Amino acid sequence: MAEPAARETVLETRKLGRLFGGLAAVQDVSLTVERGRVHAIVGPNGAGKTTLINLLSGDLKPSAGTVGYEGRDITGWPAHRVARLGIGRSYQKTNIFRDFTAFENCRLAAQARLPRLSLLRPAAGHRDVTEQAAHALELCGLAERRDTRAASMSYGEQRQLELAMMLATGPQLLLLDEPLAGMGPEESARVLDLLRRLAAGHTMVMIEHDMDAVFSIADEITVMVNGSVLASGTPAEIRANKAVQDAYLGEEAPE
Amino acid sequence: MSLSYFLIQTLNGVQYGFLLFLVASGLTLVFGIMGVINLAHGAFYMVGAYLAWWFAEQTGSFVLALLLSLPVTVLLGLATERFAIRYLYARDHLYQVLFTYGLILILNELQRLLFGNDVHGLPIPAPLAGSIPLTEAQSYPIYRIFLSFTCIAVAAALYLLIQRTRLGMVIRAGSTHREMVSALGFDIARLFMVVFGLGVALAAFAGMIAAPVNTVYPGMGDHILIISFVVVVIGGIGSIKGAFVGAMVVGIADTFGRVLLPTGAGVVVYAVMALVLLWRPQGLFGRTV
Amino acid sequence: MPHHPRIALALLALGAVFLAVFPLWGDTFYIRFIARIMIFALFAMSLDLLVGYAGLVSLGHAAFFGLAVYVVAGLVNKAGVTSAFVLLPAALGAAAIAAAAIGWISIRTTGVYFIMITLALAQMVYYFFHDQKEWGGTDGMNIDSKPTVMLGDLKLFDFYDRVQFYYLALGCLVAAFVLLTVILRSPFGHTLVGIRANEGRMRALGYDVQRYKLIAFVIAGTLAGLAGFLEAARATFATPAHLGWHESGHVLMIVILGGMGTLFGPILGAFVMLLMEDYFATLTERWLLIMGVFVILVVMLLPDGIAGVLRRVGRLGRRGAGDG
Repeated sequence: MAEPAARETVLETRKLGRLFGGLAAVQDVSLTVERGRVHAIVGPNGAGKTTLINLLSGDLKPSAGTVGYEGRDITGWPAHRVARLGIGRSYQKTNIFRDFTAFENCRLAAQARLPRLSLLRPAAGHRDVTEQAAHALELCGLAERRDTRAASMSYGEQRQLELAMMLATGPQLLLLDEPLAGMGPEESARVLDLLRRLAAGHTMVMIEHDMDAVFSIADEITVMVNGSVLASGTPAEIRANKAVQDAYLGEEAPE
Repeated sequence: MSLSYFLIQTLNGVQYGFLLFLVASGLTLVFGIMGVINLAHGAFYMVGAYLAWWFAEQTGSFVLALLLSLPVTVLLGLATERFAIRYLYARDHLYQVLFTYGLILILNELQRLLFGNDVHGLPIPAPLAGSIPLTEAQSYPIYRIFLSFTCIAVAAALYLLIQRTRLGMVIRAGSTHREMVSALGFDIARLFMVVFGLGVALAAFAGMIAAPVNTVYPGMGDHILIISFVVVVIGGIGSIKGAFVGAMVVGIADTFGRVLLPTGAGVVVYAVMALVLLWRPQGLFGRTV
Repeated sequence: MPHHPRIALALLALGAVFLAVFPLWGDTFYIRFIARIMIFALFAMSLDLLVGYAGLVSLGHAAFFGLAVYVVAGLVNKAGVTSAFVLLPAALGAAAIAAAAIGWISIRTTGVYFIMITLALAQMVYYFFHDQKEWGGTDGMNIDSKPTVMLGDLKLFDFYDRVQFYYLALGCLVAAFVLLTVILRSPFGHTLVGIRANEGRMRALGYDVQRYKLIAFVIAGTLAGLAGFLEAARATFATPAHLGWHESGHVLMIVILGGMGTLFGPILGAFVMLLMEDYFATLTERWLLIMGVFVILVVMLLPDGIAGVLRRVGRLGRRGAGDG
């Protein structure tokens, strides 16, 4: 894999933690995500991966530690301000507007970046917004499903729409919570291909259970167990890590 | 303000707070456990007061009136749950609001139909009619003290019920743990009926014992309902402890508001509520949403 | 995104034509009565922006309506101002400011809290006027004069003329309908609908949800203020009941009866509700009892209101035509 000439930190957490009623869902997590890299987070269910994403996106406020983005301390920022910095996220459970068409979903996402409130011009009249929405649909292979109500799309298409909405906001950093969850092999391959294309222009933090996918796309892998980081490194390093094998990978690949 | 006057007003505030607690605890219990916002809760306060007045007129005895009206209101509460509220559990709050708003219209009009538009006073029962002199000029009515102690007794019973019984355990667990409720061997439908009946009984009982001091008049439930909302919002929805603290805050703020700010008295408690919300949007003892 | 059923649009156009020509032959009583209905339709439509689009169930909307009534009453009676050029901006401004203040506190909360808090804060406004003895206290007060519209010595508009007033109310209703239609088609309107459907997702997309809610709250409050101004001019009477929570419940009922989330629903709701009330009031003094039963029946049987029925009829019609 070609290494970029100069490594540049985009996202950094220090000793990040979150308690839920005394229980630590995330504890002492220090991560460094570099520009243009795909950073996968893996771990068993209940390891605190989704909580971590929620802490990065501002959906949850941390109980301890800091989050920095592009050299700025964004700890505790509300979700909408984090999003406006160019951090997009997708959800593990499909989180789309079911009564809207695919295009309307993306337009709603794209217009979140309008600089000013727009009360009197019709939504359909904002050219740049509609173009951005259409572009996101096309990227995700949904151009033909543009006017289909989200509720009547297939599960895989809804997952793609989820990604398209995120892309329509024009983010630089993508936080992806199990983008391949629940997909059949064919859909999965298609979305993986999409993710590969996106990786060219974006920095990505991705939770994923599909290990083949993770090892094929990730530049960096962090393994979480019980809310803490067990190991972090390149795929090769992770594969060779004894602790990881014992705790996690061992289950799947007893060699 | 002299010390004894201050003392009297404090006593009045605390007494009003106790009364509000009885009403508001029912409201918060029904919401916390059943997830139903019941606008008609205040109407049951009115029903209690009117029944107490009417039975007292018929029998000549306040105690007898209490004994007769309490089971009637409980039955009314159970019937309301069985034939009306039960259909609202799965519905949006918006529809619960409207449905119970309709219920208020019905109960208010029935009251006028049966008992007319007049304001009625209910004589304080003889043994409790006197006053305790505090200074040469000021004294404190015995009935108000009796009222406070009755409320304390009810509050204590409620506390024991919630802390010490299996039913209380279920109530504390709240509606979020339905599986647990069933696991403990409770029939949800039965439980909701009991809780609603309990809430109605608390409101109606407050109306009954307050009737001798506050008189009985049409629309009396509306005011108490909204004040109870304020109590519940300050205390945190679903929290009995919060209802108690909120009731005391509102009772004392309202009483002193009337003394210190005669033209703006009605506004004081709402201003207090607004301040609490700015500080803690989920109320003093509310769970963060 | 919301779409109006075609049958509703046809009905709306028909209704608009009917309303426009009604004073040509309609009798005095009904000209006055329909003017009143249109004021309530405007009031209900403003609430629908919150309930039906933004998902904010406010149980204190009468505060802005009644506040506008009292602002007119106060300026006319206490300051001797009758010019509509002063009264109207004052009424709208007061309603907008009150909505900004009440909204600012209440949008911090959601769901049932929001319902209770809007109710309680509106009740605070209620008690404020209720406690002012020189404003008539519980009984309220007569407003000494209707607004005047003068250009020098020339009388441009006569609020005492029932037909002119009728057309003013109709004009305001149509203007509010057009304004809200435009707003709901804008990115702002789509955002409100998105917030109602899924607030968390909107935040993650980068929307400052609170800001949108507050703006919607102020727009709705201001339009309710417009309805209040018209009501003050129509009834020349201000009472705390204008601000009370029964009025808030009443207007919420109109929205649901007509069908929330449609702009024509509140108009239909206002006509049906007020005509029914008027009819039952001629039957019995205890007509509110019947209305109570009616409210419960609507909640149980017609949760989507009349608009929901029309939608179903429209769907049936289309299917029938498809088969034929």
